[in-house]
Amino acid sequence: MEIKADKYLDCIGLNCPMPVVKTKKAIKDMEVGAVLEMVATDPGAIPDMQAWANQTQHELLSAEKFDGDKFRFLIKKTH
Amino acid sequence: MNQNNASHPRRLALIASRGTLDWAYPPFILASAAAAMDWQVAVFFTFYGLPLLKKDLSAAVTPAGNPAMPMRLPFGPEGLQKIDWSANLPNLILNNVPGIDSMATSLMKKKFKQKGVASLDELREACVDLEVRMIGCQMTMDVFGFSKDEFIDECEIGGAATFLEFAADADVSLFV
Repeated sequence: MEIKADKYLDCIGLNCPMPVVKTKKAIKDMEVGAVLEMVATDPGAIPDMQAWANQTQHELLSAEKFDGDKFRFLIKKTH
Repeated sequence: MNQNNASHPRRLALIASRGTLDWAYPPFILASAAAAMDWQVAVFFTFYGLPLLKKDLSAAVTPAGNPAMPMRLPFGPEGLQKIDWSANLPNLILNNVPGIDSMATSLMKKKFKQKGVASLDELREACVDLEVRMIGCQMTMDVFGFSKDEFIDECEIGGAATFLEFAADADVSLFV
């Protein structure tokens, strides 16, 4: 089932820690229950986004690789 | 593993004691990443770390102080970019090349930018946005002759006790 994102955040080309910093800022302005789509090229973003979701208790719905070297994350704002 | 809870958010207490371009990164990276994870963060800028609070951030790096620092060109043919100049030239020679510090600083900035690493200004701005407490050391100000108006407005001035009071309840404390 395809999940539709409510907001898109481009972190392509950005290195640690900017993907988590920008994700935090983006999610701050969203409604509870809304879904953020974040796209990054930093391979460290995979473990970092998992850790970020664990710590902030927002829900990491999916983390996938696409186009060879890009990563797509879907995050649901839970609180 | 969910560790955060509303009654006690996690806390990070950092001491930033070094002000060169390379050593300025860890405190700003850790502080912004932790704040992005909803942690409470305070950084105590002391000794050579204090100038990192200056409005005009001008951190530089010196190969002489970092003999193992790799130095690769961020431009030119690929073969040339792969050469680690610091590994191929004796430190005694490298460190005595006039202008080597400004060259190393410029190379490091170019390389970081090329690799998508944020600048120190950007990271410090992220810390400000995410409400990281930045505490400048009063004693260092007195010793090295700094005044509060040289520093960014968002910082506060305090001493060891100010920092320790925050650090007493920290989950992670690091000295950089």
